[in-house]
Amino acid sequence: MRNSLALQIGPVAFRVGSVWRAPIEALAGLYAGYPAPEDGICDFTVRLEPEKPWRRWLRPSVAIQGDYILPDAAPLPLGMGLLAAEMGMNLQMALGQKRYLLLHAASVEKDGRALILTGESGAGKSTFAALLGERGWRLMGDEFALLDLETGMLRAFPRAVSLKNGAIALMEREVIPTRFGPRLDGTPKGSIRHMRPDAAAIARMGEGARPALLLFPRFGAAEAVRPVGQAEIFMRLTQASTNYVALGAAGFDALTRLVSTIPSAAVDYPDTDTAIGLVDELWRQAA
Amino acid sequence: MAAPRYIADPEDQVRIVALDGLSVIFHAPSGMTHIVAPPTPEILTALRKGPADAAELLRRLSAHYEIEGDDVAARLNELEAAGLVRRA
Amino acid sequence: MRNAGLLVQALRDPASLADPDWSGLIAAARAEQLLGSLAVRLEGMKLPAKIATILEAARRDSAHARTQALWEAEMARRALVPTGIPVILLKGTAFHAAGLDAHQGRSVGDLDILVPRERIEEAEAALIAAGWERIKSAEGYDDLYYRQWMHELPPLIHRDRDRMIDVHHTILPLTARPTPDAAALIADSVVLDGGLRVLLPADMIVHAAAHLLADGDLAGGLRNLWDIDRLLREFAADPGFWPTLVERARRHQLGNAVGRALRLASRLYGTPVDHAVAGRARWSDRLFAARLLARNGWGQERRKALRFAFYIRSHWLRMPPLMLARHLWTKARA
Repeated sequence: MRNSLALQIGPVAFRVGSVWRAPIEALAGLYAGYPAPEDGICDFTVRLEPEKPWRRWLRPSVAIQGDYILPDAAPLPLGMGLLAAEMGMNLQMALGQKRYLLLHAASVEKDGRALILTGESGAGKSTFAALLGERGWRLMGDEFALLDLETGMLRAFPRAVSLKNGAIALMEREVIPTRFGPRLDGTPKGSIRHMRPDAAAIARMGEGARPALLLFPRFGAAEAVRPVGQAEIFMRLTQASTNYVALGAAGFDALTRLVSTIPSAAVDYPDTDTAIGLVDELWRQAA
Repeated sequence: MAAPRYIADPEDQVRIVALDGLSVIFHAPSGMTHIVAPPTPEILTALRKGPADAAELLRRLSAHYEIEGDDVAARLNELEAAGLVRRA
Repeated sequence: MRNAGLLVQALRDPASLADPDWSGLIAAARAEQLLGSLAVRLEGMKLPAKIATILEAARRDSAHARTQALWEAEMARRALVPTGIPVILLKGTAFHAAGLDAHQGRSVGDLDILVPRERIEEAEAALIAAGWERIKSAEGYDDLYYRQWMHELPPLIHRDRDRMIDVHHTILPLTARPTPDAAALIADSVVLDGGLRVLLPADMIVHAAAHLLADGDLAGGLRNLWDIDRLLREFAADPGFWPTLVERARRHQLGNAVGRALRLASRLYGTPVDHAVAGRARWSDRLFAARLLARNGWGQERRKALRFAFYIRSHWLRMPPLMLARHLWTKARA
């Protein structure tokens, strides 16, 4: 393909090809400083193509193609090409990742141990993890947590953080402008802006961490910490995993081990400062 | 007409892990995972001794647990639908 | 990488790979549903670490696909055995159940089974009683089209497991010109432990050739052809196989399809074939081969005009022209 970029993100290498140049330029800008894949070998291929041949030039619209696709996915306007590339990479992971158990969760690391933040979409875990990443933690990932089936360790997968609506302004106050992609308004999910993790997260993307604490954060309620039953956690994590079923007995063993060995809690918080305080306290207790 | 007798798969094909009051089960022949409450795991364990109908199972289980006959029959239907037990 | 020739080479002769376009090979394999087969062929070879990792994960995925395929067959067995209806497993599930070489690395989609036409409603009822359901969208015209003209029921889906089952009563649409002898397929089927059945080896080849050439537009053809390669190598060990294949191909009126399939397998995968059975090479074999290889190193489909020609041909094969026109008209109006 005429325009393309290959990226190594944690243990996964992607190549993104596009008939248009702009999305690749935007992607290269957002992922400045990321290494190229070792040996040039890529796990997954994403392609940005016109839905019909004439849509390459006439009201250009980007269909997300690649190794794995969603058959009825609506194409995006060319101005959102960067979003299409990101969605494409998410899709390859969700449908094609068979080496690591994928949890739909954010994760951060401190002292070689990992905090996993999971829960419903829109509960704010992505933003919260990004914020922790600016407050002394290393951001391992905001969308997918990768659990190694043999060792039980979490691998880092630091993609660009997808910030939505209110979270954009919040992180713009914390982080220098050069770490952001363009602001995209009018997307199917409202306004989106992508943010690159900091240099330490990128430099240390090859370092895993031992899971130590699992939290279900919920933004917008009075401060509270509640225990969650292990069976309930197990069920929620399988529902939050796109590849649990495909991994068979190994996935079952890894997940039961995770759930029965690490402490967990549901955490409600009215504002981010409270949240950070709660996390510090629970992290201390888990040590 | 005799009541149906049920068989469960052997122990090495079914992993049962207890997690605070409930159990998660990995069933290797189907590759499926199930979350179940008592007395379902106890029924599966009791069937390992050999095929049995609902009445026989009730006897095996009553030796160790307090349990209703209706409960056993209902759970057996669910287990059969899920493929965890089959008719002998 | 211009076409899928590298993928074919990797399957046919893995040792001949010398510093290939690995990313292109993986992308083509994924696109052609052959990653599992590639992992089998490349096992034990010295490979770049990244490729070894990708193929190791593919092997795990293949094991899961096998488990799921065999489980669907088992649940169908539990539902249908009490009825006494003979149930013949088809395609990938049959390879897994019979432990044929062709099962290695083979992914499986829906469960396909063959039953006698006069018992197909009874089979559907037994499956529905055991938790399968009709798919809502198959109501109305398409449902009628299916039942009257096709060789199968509209697919059923299991309400808990979310997996589909296709119940066939013959191996080609009723509107296609060749009329396979469904009764013979069933009468001469081979029984496995537990009571499920698979086709006679020669019939498996006839079915695979029909599926490759007479029932579709060759999309995914490289995988169908790989099935044929693996099956032929295993079956040809029996000296009686080739004469039986000739006889069965004739009985099912699929001599042309079988000949073409053998020639394509020999041409692309180097499959040892009986050249008398395969027949003389035809100029059009080249077009078929080109259509099969129409995939580039980014996983894109190439040769649009060629693919379109084969697409039209596939509808032509399934249905006489007047019927086709009526069918397309009604679909357009819906």
